[in-house]
Amino acid sequence: MLEMLDVHKHFGPVRANDGVTMRVEEGTIHGLLGENGAGKSTLMKVLAGFISADSGEVFLGGEPLEVSNPKESVAAGIGLLHQDPLLCLPFSVLENFMLGRPSGMVLDPDTARVELEEMAQRFDFQFSADATARSLTVGERQQLEIMRLLSLGVRVLILDEPTTAISATQRALLFATLRKLADDGLMVIFVSHKLEEVEEICDRATVLRAGQVTGDVELPVPASELVSLMFGKNIVPEDRVDVAIGETVLEMRGVSAAERLVTLQDVSLQVGAGEVVGLAGLAGSGQRTMLRVCAGQRRPDVGTVLLHGEDITTESYNRHMDRGIHWLPADRLGEGLVTGLTITEHFALAGDTPQGFVVDWDGAAEEAHEKITHFSVKGTVKSTPESLSGGNQQRMLLAMMPDHVELLLMEHPTRGLDIESAEWVWHQILQRRADATAIVFSSADLDELLRYSDRILVFFSGRIIKELDSDDTDTEELGYLIGGKERA
Amino acid sequence: MNRSGLQGMVVAVVGALIVVSLLLLALGANPLEAFQLIYQGSFGSVSKLSATLLVWVPLVIAAASLVVTYSTGLWNIGVEGQIIMGAIFATWAARTVPGPGWFVIIVGIIVGIVGGMLWGLFAGVLKTYGGVNEIFGGLGLFFVAQGMTTYLVIGPWAREGVASTSGTDLFERDVWFPRLSYEGAPLEISWLSLVLAVASIVGVYYLMRGTIFGLKLKAIGNNMASSARLGIPSKRYMLGAFAVAGGLAGLAGVTQAMAFHHKLVPSISGGFGFLGILVVLLAGFRAAPVAPLALFFAALSVGASQLELRLELDSSVGGVIQGLIVLFVLLATGWQRRRSRLRHAGVGGEA
Repeated sequence: MLEMLDVHKHFGPVRANDGVTMRVEEGTIHGLLGENGAGKSTLMKVLAGFISADSGEVFLGGEPLEVSNPKESVAAGIGLLHQDPLLCLPFSVLENFMLGRPSGMVLDPDTARVELEEMAQRFDFQFSADATARSLTVGERQQLEIMRLLSLGVRVLILDEPTTAISATQRALLFATLRKLADDGLMVIFVSHKLEEVEEICDRATVLRAGQVTGDVELPVPASELVSLMFGKNIVPEDRVDVAIGETVLEMRGVSAAERLVTLQDVSLQVGAGEVVGLAGLAGSGQRTMLRVCAGQRRPDVGTVLLHGEDITTESYNRHMDRGIHWLPADRLGEGLVTGLTITEHFALAGDTPQGFVVDWDGAAEEAHEKITHFSVKGTVKSTPESLSGGNQQRMLLAMMPDHVELLLMEHPTRGLDIESAEWVWHQILQRRADATAIVFSSADLDELLRYSDRILVFFSGRIIKELDSDDTDTEELGYLIGGKERA
Repeated sequence: MNRSGLQGMVVAVVGALIVVSLLLLALGANPLEAFQLIYQGSFGSVSKLSATLLVWVPLVIAAASLVVTYSTGLWNIGVEGQIIMGAIFATWAARTVPGPGWFVIIVGIIVGIVGGMLWGLFAGVLKTYGGVNEIFGGLGLFFVAQGMTTYLVIGPWAREGVASTSGTDLFERDVWFPRLSYEGAPLEISWLSLVLAVASIVGVYYLMRGTIFGLKLKAIGNNMASSARLGIPSKRYMLGAFAVAGGLAGLAGVTQAMAFHHKLVPSISGGFGFLGILVVLLAGFRAAPVAPLALFFAALSVGASQLELRLELDSSVGGVIQGLIVLFVLLATGWQRRRSRLRHAGVGGEA
């Protein structure tokens, strides 16, 4: 049996794992379920030795497990299969298969070849041992990696969201393989946010929410129970003040845009002045692509985007900005604020101070001081964004927003924020409705979507599969829909 | 510089000096004597100071150029080539432009800057529109420029009757940069070179500290995606950085041709583009420390020749000392960064 007891892992102010306890029995497929950011990956990285926990204990077969890196973890019998396995691409299948064997052992390609072929046959994998790893699909890479980990003698196999980028056939084959491994007595941990898959192949499931275990259940259970464990109880939206929705601000007509993992397909919609539209869906279902297309950061492959009836599809990002379109990405330090530049420098670049050749440092410092006081940013005009907490970074981004915005596009506006900061942020955002700003935001937090949106669009593999009035739905229905299912 | 940064720097310099001393001891020389000789050889007399400044001028201008591109996050390894182009263009002016000496000098400065700028922009266009990493683009263009000098020196601009790599004919005396003199005797250093060097480094300091253009370059260098979100067109500003940096490097080439060699030689760039990289690494990519650090490096280069004369050591010991100091400083800063990263481990990580 594998036991993880009271595992804590904090990243700065974020409690990724807040006292997680989980037990996995031999011969079972154990689901680890939770929405994005619930702490699943952190827990598995701790188990596989990629990061170390702040506190907590792990026992494997009754013995305390102490690993400080992935190599030790594999030696102890724990293997993590990445979503897109990190193979050595120019090497052949056989060479990759032989990687990571204990040093000192003489490499014997012939024995390894026989071992590989036998294993492949057992699991119905189709491989040429001499093909390069580069020529394999993501699904085949996973198969190869599973065999490699098995040949190294792992007893616990962790799969982190393995089905994201593989075909339906490969998925079926993967599930069959996992079943065989469990029947052989291995412990398989299946990490996912897809209800359907967990229901399909897991024997038990541990559900995480915001870094804590909300449930440990023997499957099958009614899906509604899993949904409520994942997303919490349905909170009745507080008295949201409705604002009359004005004329159409944003219109998209048949917009498609291909990205690496998902293709945004045939999106058409209209958003009115003062309207708040929430985008629901699993990460990577097309919401980000849609927001980036509207922001002018990415041109659509097909279709038209209109602002107040004017075609802006091919205009530059800066032209979008001039037209009053404002983009607030989720990655506040990566693509929101400029790391290394002080708050004053931010306002010198993007503030109200007129820009000439020379920087008006006094004006910028004054504006910075005024804004951080008004937006209660805990920091000084000389602070750099990386020294601020997530909530203060978001306040800073809001402080830098121009006074008048026609269309506000936000990605996970309150991710990682505590409740108080989140409320404050939304208070600021909703005030903009009085100024006829159209607001579109994506979120993984169903409560947030229900509470602040007028309308919710549900994304699934790049398409909008459902449009809902937020007054006529609940977390349960949304939970089903984002997993690609209708309510039972 | 913050306190711990300064501490690291001191530790690094002391560490480098200890290693250098051990090296000198191993070579059978007294380290103290060697350091004293280096000092006297570079600052010991007015003419030695003049020789040191003669090295300082192109070094400080090349380093000023590098501050601009490094602040923008560009590894502009191609300065050396840009210096050569500046020298080639200035040589063209010195050989062909008619008119009084002062006029030819002004034209030489202008076309030299343009030459370096073109070469810088070339690397910039390759980077922004051709997808060629500036390191490889710059290096490739350096070899092209080097080949071009050699071709000019033994080809079209060869001395009458001789085809040697020792250089072109000396320029007319009146197009040499005007020199300073001391007690009636002319020194090698020109006041015009000193003015240009000081103007370059002060100008870059002001550009990076006081202008919107410089601030935008810094923003791009720190975080390109966020800068783009703020509406800063990164390609255009990167090209701007390459143009400014190339122009400055070209100016360094002008001083090499018109104030030092007074002709075009194949090794006209003098390695100042590469030595400048060491200087800005030490300066932490900031303009303010460049002038004193460049002076220190110039002194090491010039003073080390004394070691050869007096202690029968090879003058390349100077280069060894320079390299060791930079290595130690990089080690110290890298070690500090690693320590502070460990301290803040995981902040902002994916939950």
